[in-house]
Amino acid sequence: MTSVPDLVTPTWEYAPAPESRAIATLRASYGLFIDGAFADPVDGGVRKTVNPATEEVLAEVADAGPKDVDRAVQAARRAFIEVWGPMPGRERAKYLYRVARLIQERAREFAVLETLDNGKPIRESRDVDVPLAAAHFFHHAGWADKLAHAGYGPDPRPLGVAAQVIPWNFPLLMAAWKLAPALATGNTVVLKPAETTPLSALLLAEVLQQAGLPPGVVNIVTGDGATGAALVAHPDVDKVAFTGSTEVGKAIQRQLAGTRTRLTLELGGKAANVVFDDAPLDQAVEGIVNGIFFNQGHVCCAGSRLLVQESLHDELLDRLKERLGTLRLGDPLDKNTDIGAINSAEQLQRITELAASGEAEGAQRWSPDCALPERGFWFAPTVFTGVAQSHRIAQEEIFGPVLSVLTFRTPQEAVEKANNTPYGLSAGVWTDKGSLILWMAQRLRAGVVWANTFNRFDPTSPFGGYKESGFGREGGRQGLGAYLDVEVDA
Amino acid sequence: MTAVVPTADDFASVTALADAGASDATLRRFLHGLPGVDAVGVEARAATLATRSIKKDAKAQAIDLAIAMTDLTTLEGMDTPGKVRAMCAKARRPAADAPPVAAVCVYGDLVAEAVGALRGSDVKVAAVATAFPSGRASLAVKLADTREAVAAGAHEIDMVIDRGAFLTGRYGQVFEEIQAVKEACGPAHLKVILETGELATYDNVRRASWLALAAGADFIKTSTGKVAPAATLPVAVVMLEAVRDVARLTGQRRGVKVAGGVRTTKDAIRYLVVVNEVAGPQWLHPDRFRIGASSLLNDLLMQREKLRTGRYAGPDYFTVD
Repeated sequence: MTSVPDLVTPTWEYAPAPESRAIATLRASYGLFIDGAFADPVDGGVRKTVNPATEEVLAEVADAGPKDVDRAVQAARRAFIEVWGPMPGRERAKYLYRVARLIQERAREFAVLETLDNGKPIRESRDVDVPLAAAHFFHHAGWADKLAHAGYGPDPRPLGVAAQVIPWNFPLLMAAWKLAPALATGNTVVLKPAETTPLSALLLAEVLQQAGLPPGVVNIVTGDGATGAALVAHPDVDKVAFTGSTEVGKAIQRQLAGTRTRLTLELGGKAANVVFDDAPLDQAVEGIVNGIFFNQGHVCCAGSRLLVQESLHDELLDRLKERLGTLRLGDPLDKNTDIGAINSAEQLQRITELAASGEAEGAQRWSPDCALPERGFWFAPTVFTGVAQSHRIAQEEIFGPVLSVLTFRTPQEAVEKANNTPYGLSAGVWTDKGSLILWMAQRLRAGVVWANTFNRFDPTSPFGGYKESGFGREGGRQGLGAYLDVEVDA
Repeated sequence: MTAVVPTADDFASVTALADAGASDATLRRFLHGLPGVDAVGVEARAATLATRSIKKDAKAQAIDLAIAMTDLTTLEGMDTPGKVRAMCAKARRPAADAPPVAAVCVYGDLVAEAVGALRGSDVKVAAVATAFPSGRASLAVKLADTREAVAAGAHEIDMVIDRGAFLTGRYGQVFEEIQAVKEACGPAHLKVILETGELATYDNVRRASWLALAAGADFIKTSTGKVAPAATLPVAVVMLEAVRDVARLTGQRRGVKVAGGVRTTKDAIRYLVVVNEVAGPQWLHPDRFRIGASSLLNDLLMQREKLRTGRYAGPDYFTVD
């Protein structure tokens, strides 16, 4: 048409666009946040937290021992009895609103710190984790003075002291999911962040100080599984809320069996993303990508099993592979990065081992051309085709950027395969047919069913699992029940 | 109806309707059989791509590319030969050492003026035709409009589809009009304006895109610029998916033109990102992507200067044409 020659190389390399890491102020060492102040551990130790993208040590963080945990629980008990429990809901709401606004004000700081400590792309920490964390505080601030209208009777009471143990995949967001409903309903909290990602919770502790939250209402004890075990076993804890692996969840449930301590668990998943042949195809491809490669697949509700109608399989896979070729893996602080680092060497080893089992069991492995950085923990986006239900990669949670592709022929078969797992956290359905969406949603044994979308979160929408994905709901009106002294169906 | 991903044969048989005479029913089966577009999903995809951060060399490259892809446009009742000559001078040489724009876009009666003013340059002359912008005229008038513009020297014709016919399902009429105009174009290239703001749904945008491409459009174009909303990022995503899919079936790389509402360098770069990541880098070329705009060019020049000098120059340092 015109006489302009083709570009010599028809490529357009985006120049590096890193967010400034100076936005996050890192301290050399962090103590425990107990009774409104940072303190050194009494009987604990110290551990280092590293940037998984570079293996650089970011800071030293305290490891809480049993005595530290006890101090934290005592502080929480005191605050519950003296301040937070008696406080009217409208007063509690003011603190929660303040926390929400402070998270928004310090959003860039939170986003950079989260990306440094976790390895997730800054685009996600900036556009998903931090805004959603603020949204959870806003949402629950609104509930604090309206609990009489939540469907739990005229005057539902808090449980008391809540022990909350959260994972490393969404460190700040999971803290918000746990803290906001507990505080809105009048409980006090001892929170234990994951040992590989404690920093954003400790920044949140600063925000709580800044908001003037009374001492002891929220206490944060850092440490590993031993700290978590000491916390959930503490006799003066009224409620345990745990998000993490099914294995640890089961151990906690065994430990608490027969005690008066309330428990909610949000555990693993092996979600099916079901694509019918009349799906909005281009958006389904996006949904599959978002389902399994969002946050490097470190998502309990990740769409790790793609169930595609056999007639669409080849076409969909061609398009999916082409799309995966455009994913940008690398420096998590770069604003254009789509895939960041795997959170830890341990997790990388687990993903590597499970992917190897996929090959050994006969599935076909594929990854786009993508150079991995030399330092840090990295795993290329991976797709397995020819996967059978019996393969380990179709049964076990990989918690990494690995997609297993299976096929089905009829809606009935799709339901059977989707439900044929010990888990039941989430599922996705892609079709242009509204009645089929409803038919599927009624039959899928999963706490969340997304229709023509995936990995969408909202504080008004309850989230939680079936079967070995746990029990109890977080978010929405239903989520309040987990922190109120009422009988609720799990 | 179950959506079916079209095969090369499907597309070829629709394209061949020229000889058989397009029937509404055949076209309906084809167009309504295309996979649907989920509005929430396509808007989320566009919003994510809009967060790409284009800096330094990548930005400099994008600005020059956007200039080279611009159809510098004036489509006003008050257009005069003097206005067109001034615009053509800017089109040839937007600024010292800046590339020329791709084309100027004018009404048909000013084509001769533009051709004269651009003689000796590579800048093309595009004329809007077929009773632009509404398309409400008989086919005979539309063809005469087209032939006159081509006879006056237009290299490219920007036609409008009959949205009324499209929205009532008279796909055969739309198809045949595009084919007739394409024939009337002779050697001139044909851009088909869908006026996506009037088609309203993404499904319609996808169907109109395939209809126009099957009927022989060299380019599909979002808008006349006379209807709001004009070009939007999600609409561009859907149209680029259509040309990408047609290339997959036929090997032919057709083009997309966005027009209306693209005023800033930031807007233009967002479109280039969408081109790059949805259709692919092969579409980063003025033969396959255009931006119809008037005020955009000065903003591109201003940002270009800023990148070179590190500071913004005032508006008086950029010519008003």
